[in-house]
Amino acid sequence: MPRYLVRRLGQAVLVVAGVIVLTFAIMRLVPGDPAVAFAGPKATPEELAAARLRFGLDDAIPVQLWNYIRDLVTGDWGTSLRTRQPVRDDLLLAFPASLELVGTALLLAIAVGIPVGVLAARYKTKFPDFGVRITSMLAVSVPVFWLALALQTVFASNLGWFPIAGEYDSALDTTSPLTLWTNITIVDALITGNWPIFTSTLEHLVLPAVVVAAYPTGVIAQMTRAALIEESGQDHARLERALGFGETSILTRFALRPALNPVLSLIALVFAYAIVNGFLVEAVFNWPGLGRYAVQSISNRDTPAIAGVTLLVAVVYVLANLVVDLLQGVVDPRARAR
Amino acid sequence: MTETRVAEEPVRLRRTLPKVTDRFAAAGAVLIVVILLATILAPWLAPYPVDRLDLVHTLLPPSGAHWFGTDKVGRDVLTQVLYGGRTSLTIAVAVLAMSAAVGVTLGVVAGYAGGWLRDVIMRVTDVFLAFPALLLSLALAVVLEPSVTTAIVAIAVTWWPWYARLAASVAASISTRSYVDAARCLGVPAPMIILRHVLPNSLTPVLVQISLDAGGVILTAAALSYLGLGAQEPTAEWGLMVEQGQTLFTTNWWVVTFPGLAILVTAFAFNVLGEGLRNALDPRRVVK
Repeated sequence: MPRYLVRRLGQAVLVVAGVIVLTFAIMRLVPGDPAVAFAGPKATPEELAAARLRFGLDDAIPVQLWNYIRDLVTGDWGTSLRTRQPVRDDLLLAFPASLELVGTALLLAIAVGIPVGVLAARYKTKFPDFGVRITSMLAVSVPVFWLALALQTVFASNLGWFPIAGEYDSALDTTSPLTLWTNITIVDALITGNWPIFTSTLEHLVLPAVVVAAYPTGVIAQMTRAALIEESGQDHARLERALGFGETSILTRFALRPALNPVLSLIALVFAYAIVNGFLVEAVFNWPGLGRYAVQSISNRDTPAIAGVTLLVAVVYVLANLVVDLLQGVVDPRARAR
Repeated sequence: MTETRVAEEPVRLRRTLPKVTDRFAAAGAVLIVVILLATILAPWLAPYPVDRLDLVHTLLPPSGAHWFGTDKVGRDVLTQVLYGGRTSLTIAVAVLAMSAAVGVTLGVVAGYAGGWLRDVIMRVTDVFLAFPALLLSLALAVVLEPSVTTAIVAIAVTWWPWYARLAASVAASISTRSYVDAARCLGVPAPMIILRHVLPNSLTPVLVQISLDAGGVILTAAALSYLGLGAQEPTAEWGLMVEQGQTLFTTNWWVVTFPGLAILVTAFAFNVLGEGLRNALDPRRVVK
């Protein structure tokens, strides 16, 4: 393994360790006694003591931290105070639903953002560029929860074009039950050929995916535009111009590929952001993902659940960054030196 | 020769001028001034006293008497939006000031000192950077009692690492300049060098970053309040207003639309201004 790879992996492991410690520290700040929260307000002293013993609350802090890390590594992410289920099982159901939403949104953002960025770069400082700059800035500045409510009200409640909430029509569970493979509904429906659920999920996906896609589309369009403009000022573009290539073909044939490099790393960076932004969208559209799980856990002060969500998303974020850095190391040898 | 020199001057001038007069950034700056004035002068501008309930005139649509209509307890939405701006902007200022203070201090020390101290500080910032702002704010806001102060602390905890990282890289490059070397050779103590030379010269990129971030902080704060983890009743706050009105969206659109628009316009203004400032400082990014 090349040295930069080893160093980068080591760094990621260190950050994940730090993330675990920080999550533990936050959860230890809870003013209420977790044992009381678990056993309920009417618990007898014996039940309380049992709960304290169960969570190891009487141990010294370093011992608790060590146990926490050991449990995490062995797959015990604690028990949710609300669902009374292992947090890990809850997350295994909720995370794929979030992935489904965010993945669709990112595909949408790439499909729209890159062409729009090319358009803006081609007609820079002209009207299309102006329009793209304003629209992408608006997309970046809009509060997602408000956009979600607005689209839901207009396109679902008033016009009735799309379903109001949920992941798919729950009546389908009885008429054409879904076999789970990946827990990602749309993928499972596709590979098992379950068309009723597949189309229903697609219909339900449109509005939340558009809302989640707003921010990534805006930044991808801005980044594509900026990278293309910088690339079209390079020497190779001058040569291509001298050879008689038109501006459009210089941009799409020669400038786009190197310009996509920074855009690619941006996509991985907005991925984690989109997951967290998706929390608010999931809450509005009642999407059964991490966000809805987190929001429900918040109102119940369900600390193990919140800790699980926090940890999972942070680790996903670290992994996304790692993948970007490694990809760039493969694509661009200069990045390995960093 | 003289002719070319004469010709060079206006060219350089023209190159700097569009940076300052970028219409986009200028529009953002004007918008921000308007928003700031509107929120500061809220007590004089607001047509009704803040938080005044009027149970006879609930859910009135926008009209001459109530430009933005009234909400379900008869409060004037325009008044609440104006006062809500105070909460949002206070949060933004407090978060940015706190995180810039902490981040720049740590960053400048790390950048100047280098070596193991820099490594330790940077690894700690890496850990904090692994949490998207809203996520850590969410976790913190659950643990602490939800309030405006909690929201400020929660967002600031996730925001400072960006400034630490930025300040560290700027300070590291400044620390290699010859005037810093000169000061070191003259026996000026390190804290003095940092305060006198490194810190002032590291501030510009941080200030630009702050203006770029203001929109993001306002959006995050609104999101926290929307989730019930920030401002609480009866504080007027935009995210909270959207949350309280959301069930009425289909029937009484104005209760949700105006506070949402207020967030959008404010974040937009800051983002546009920030982008303009960044372009002005980084000429490579300016479109000729």
